[in-house]
Amino acid sequence: MKTKSLRTGKNWLYGPLIFMSIFYLLPMYVMLVTGFKPFEEVDLKTMWALPRHIAFDNYVEAFRHLAPSLRNSFVMVIPATIISSFLGSINGYVLAKWKFKGADVIFPLILFGMFIPYQSILIPLVQFMKSVNLTGIPGLILTHVIYGIPITTLTFRNYYASLPQELIEAARIDGASMLGVYRWILLPISIPSFVVVLIWQFTSAWNDFLFAVVLTGNTQWPITVALNNMAGSQIIAWNVQMAGSLLAALPTLLVYLFLGQYFLRGLLAGSLKG
Amino acid sequence: MFKNKDRYLSFLLVLPSILAVMIFIYGFIGWSIRVSLSKWKGLTPNFEWAGLKNYIDLFSDPRFMVDIRNTVIFTVVFVVGCIVVGFLLAVMLDQGLKGEAFFRTLFLFPMAISFIVTGVVWRWLMNPATGSRMSGLNLLFSYLNLDFLINNWHTTPTWGIAAVALAAIWQMSGYTMALYLAGLRSIPLELREAAQIDGASELQIYRYVILPILTPVTLSVLIILGHISLKVFDLIIAMAGKQLALDVPAIYMWQTTFDGLFYARGAAIATLLLISVAVLIVPYMWFTLRSEKQL
Amino acid sequence: MSKKFWYSLMAVLILTAVVLSACGGAATQAPAEATQPPAQGGKEVEVFSWWTGGGEAAGLEAMIKVFNTKYPDIKFINAAVAGGAGTNARAVLATRLQSGDPPDSWQGHAGQELIGTYVAGGQIQPLNDLYESEGWLKVMPETLIPLISQDGKIYSVPVNIHRANVLWYNPKILEENKIAVPTTVDEWFAAMDKLKAAGVTPLALGEQWTKMHLLETVLLGTLGAEKYNGLWNGTTDWGSAEVKTALENFQKAMTYANTDSASLSWQDAAQLVVNGDAAFNVMGDWAEGYFRELGKKPRVDYGWAPVPGTVGVFQFLSDSFVLAVGAPDPEAAVAWLKVAGSKEGQEAFNPVKGSICARTDCDKSLFGEYLQSAMDDWASNVVVGSLTHGVVANDSWKSEIDTALGLFVSNGDLAAFQTALVNACKASGPCK
Repeated sequence: MKTKSLRTGKNWLYGPLIFMSIFYLLPMYVMLVTGFKPFEEVDLKTMWALPRHIAFDNYVEAFRHLAPSLRNSFVMVIPATIISSFLGSINGYVLAKWKFKGADVIFPLILFGMFIPYQSILIPLVQFMKSVNLTGIPGLILTHVIYGIPITTLTFRNYYASLPQELIEAARIDGASMLGVYRWILLPISIPSFVVVLIWQFTSAWNDFLFAVVLTGNTQWPITVALNNMAGSQIIAWNVQMAGSLLAALPTLLVYLFLGQYFLRGLLAGSLKG
Repeated sequence: MFKNKDRYLSFLLVLPSILAVMIFIYGFIGWSIRVSLSKWKGLTPNFEWAGLKNYIDLFSDPRFMVDIRNTVIFTVVFVVGCIVVGFLLAVMLDQGLKGEAFFRTLFLFPMAISFIVTGVVWRWLMNPATGSRMSGLNLLFSYLNLDFLINNWHTTPTWGIAAVALAAIWQMSGYTMALYLAGLRSIPLELREAAQIDGASELQIYRYVILPILTPVTLSVLIILGHISLKVFDLIIAMAGKQLALDVPAIYMWQTTFDGLFYARGAAIATLLLISVAVLIVPYMWFTLRSEKQL
Repeated sequence: MSKKFWYSLMAVLILTAVVLSACGGAATQAPAEATQPPAQGGKEVEVFSWWTGGGEAAGLEAMIKVFNTKYPDIKFINAAVAGGAGTNARAVLATRLQSGDPPDSWQGHAGQELIGTYVAGGQIQPLNDLYESEGWLKVMPETLIPLISQDGKIYSVPVNIHRANVLWYNPKILEENKIAVPTTVDEWFAAMDKLKAAGVTPLALGEQWTKMHLLETVLLGTLGAEKYNGLWNGTTDWGSAEVKTALENFQKAMTYANTDSASLSWQDAAQLVVNGDAAFNVMGDWAEGYFRELGKKPRVDYGWAPVPGTVGVFQFLSDSFVLAVGAPDPEAAVAWLKVAGSKEGQEAFNPVKGSICARTDCDKSLFGEYLQSAMDDWASNVVVGSLTHGVVANDSWKSEIDTALGLFVSNGDLAAFQTALVNACKASGPCK
C-alpha cells in the first residue's frame, strides 16, 4: 500500500498537529460558549468561562432569523459555484495548454480583475444590472460567476500548466479532439483542483454580503444579510450573533467535509500510464 | 500540431469570459478612473474634470500614509504567515495519518465563519487590559506562566496591524493548506519513490523535488493571498472599529466614499490600489509566463 | 496573424471598454424614470431603515402594526439593512439612489446628515404642509425645528430622540470615594484626579467614534450651548483660544481613560461602569437600554447626569424619516410619515426602543425612570445637536473631523488637530 509507506514512523506529527489544532480551536471555543450564554453573562472578563446553564435559546432565536433566507442562499450559491468553477476550468485548460496567440496577455488581464475593490464599483455594477434588467437572484448569480472567473481561472491554469505536455500530445495522437482531451484526460485528474476551487467559490458566494445587499431586494436576501440584520445599529447581542454565525457556517462546513474526501492522491500516476 | 479549427475553438471557449471581464472589470475600472479624475463630492454625480488633484491630495494626506504603511506590514505578515503555516500543515496532512479528515476540516473551518464575528472574537482574545481586568489570550498566557508572551496585540503603536494579520492568518491559512494539499496530491508517488531510491532524504525530496513542482501552486497562493490582504475590510472593522491606527486603504475608501461622500477621492484610492497591484504583479506574471515557456 | 495583432486588439478592446464606461457614467446622471406603478394588487410603501435588531426592530414592528391598522390597504415593505449606526445601510441607500431606484421613505439622522446629503442631492421633499396639517409644529420643541430645516423648509419627521450628553457613573464608586456628581468640567477633573489616586479607572472609553462622542460633549461643556452652535453655523472660530481650551480639556479627559480603549466597543466600555471597573462613561442614552438588558438597576448600579458643563442643555440626535423625490408611491409614503409623526406611532415605538418621543405630548407612564427624566429635560432644556450622530455637520465635514481626530489620537499633536479642524470647516462646513 502506498499510503502505508508514507505513514510509517510519522506518529510524532500528531504533536505539532494537535498544537496547531489548539490555535484553531481557541477562537471557536469562545464563539461556541458565548453562543450558549444569556446576554448578561457576555463579558470580556469571563469569556473563557463556561455558561452557567446550557440553553439553546440563542441558537433557536438565530435559526428563526436565518431560516427564511436559507433557500435564497442555496438557490444563489449552487449555480454560482458550479458555473464559475467550470468556466475557470475551461479557461485554465485553454490558457495553459491551447494557447492561441495572445493567450499570455489575456491571462494576466483576467487575473488582474481579482484585485478590483468591489466597494468601488458598486454603483456602475448596479446601474449596469438595472439597465440590462438583471436584478435579484439571477443578477447576483451572474455577478458571483463573473467576479469568480479570475480566481478560478488562475487556480486551474496554474494546475494544468504543471501537467506534462506529453499527456495531451499522447491523447492527440490517439485521435482525441481538443474537447475530448479535456473531457477524458484532464477533467478526471483535476478533481483536487475542483475541490479547492469549489471550496473557494462556495465560501465566498455564501459569505458575500456586499453584492447581495445591493443587488437583491428584501425577499431575496441570502443568509448573510439576515445574519447582519440580527445585529441592531446600537446594542449588539453578541451571544445571538455568535450562535447565528456558527449556524450560518454549517452548510459551508458540510461542503468542506464532503469535498474533503476528494483530496485524492495518484490520479495523475494512473493517467500517465494509460 | 494545432489545427486551425482548434485554435478558433479555444478562442471561442474563453471569449465569454473575456467579454464579461471586459465589461465587469475593465469597464467598471474605467468608470472608477473617470470618477477619480472628477470633482464628485456629495450624492449627486459630478464628472467635472479635476485632473490629478485627488491623487496629489492623497499623497500629502497623513491618513493615506498610515494606510500604506499598514497595508505593507499586513500583507507581508499575512502572506508569509499563511504560506508557512499552510504549507507545513499540508505536508503534515499529506503523510496519510489517521484523522486527516478531522484536521483538514478543522483547519478550513475558520474560513467559513463570517469575518465580522471572528473579528470580534479576536478583539476579545487580544484585549490588552492589565491587572484585574486582564482577559483573553493575555490571561491565558499568565495562567500558563508564559508572561513573556503578554502584549498589547493590535493596540501596539505602528505594529498593531500585525496582530490583525495574525487573526487573518487564522482565518485563511486553512485554505492555503488546501491549495498545497491539492498540489501535493497531484504529484505522482513514483517521483518521490525514484528520489528515495537515489538516496535522497525526506527533506531533500521536499526541497529539490516537491517544492519546484509546486511553484505554480505557490504563485496561485501568492496572488490569492495578496488580493485578500488588499481587500481586507470587515475583519479590521470588527476588530478595531474605524480607527486610524489600524486603517487600511480599503477602509479609507469605504469611509470617504459612503460616510463622507467624497466619491472622487474614494475612486482615486481604488485606482491607486489597482496601480500598485499592477506594478507588483504584472512584471512577476510576465516573468513566470516566460520561464514556463522555457521549460 | 502576428503577435502584434493580438496585442493591439486587446489594447483597443480595453480602451473601448474604458471610454464607453466613462461616457456611460456621465450619461446616467439623470435619474432614471423610477416611477413604475406599484405591483398589481394595490398600493405599497417601501421603507428603508437600519432598525434590524433588538429593541429597534421590535419598535419598528410595533409602529408597522399601527400603520397596518390605519392603512390596511397599503402593503408595508420593511427594507431594513443593519450596519453599525447605519453605515452599511447608508452605502446601500446611496447606491440605490444613484441608480434611480429610491425607496418611498428612508431613515436618516435628523439634521445636517439628511440636509447636507439628500437635500443637497435633491433627493427628498420638504414637508411643511404635512407639519401644518398634522399640527406637529405645536407638539415638537421649538428649538428642534431649525435643526431639521433648511431655508425654512422642514425635511424630515423625527420619530425618536436620544440624548448624547449623558454622564453615566457608578454610584458605589462615587460614594466610596466621597465624590459628588460633578457639574462643571473642573469639578469633573478634580473628581477624576481623586479616583485616579485611589487606583480606580476614572473614565471608560471605547473605539474611535466614542472618542468623537466625548469630544462633542466636552466642546459643549467648555464652550456652552451658544458658542457650540456657533461652531456649526460659522460664528464661532475653530481657531480661537476658547476652542483651544476645549480641545485641551478633551485631551486631558482622555488621560483619565482606560488604556485599552482602542480595543473596546461602546458596549464593553459602558459595561466597565456597571461592573465597577470604571467610574464614569460618556455615552448616549441608548446605554440605558443596554444596562437594563444586562439586568442592572437604575440609581443602584448606574446613575446619570448631564455631562459636566452641560446642565440645562439637551444635546440630541434623532432618527427621522423622509419623503423621497420620485417616490414610487408618494401617497403611501405620506401615509407612513403621518404614522411616524403621530402620537400613537411614537408611543408604540419609543418605549420598546428605549428612547423618548420627538413629540412632547407622549404618555409618560409608558416609560421607565431614566426616560421620564429625559422627557422632562427634552421639554424644558435648550436643545443642541450632536456631531457624531449626524445633527450638526454634514457627512463630508464629519468624516474630515473624524480623520483629524484619528490622527490626534495616535500622535497627540493638539496644534495640528486644531489646524485640521479649521481646515475641515473651510473645506466642507460654513467657514470661509
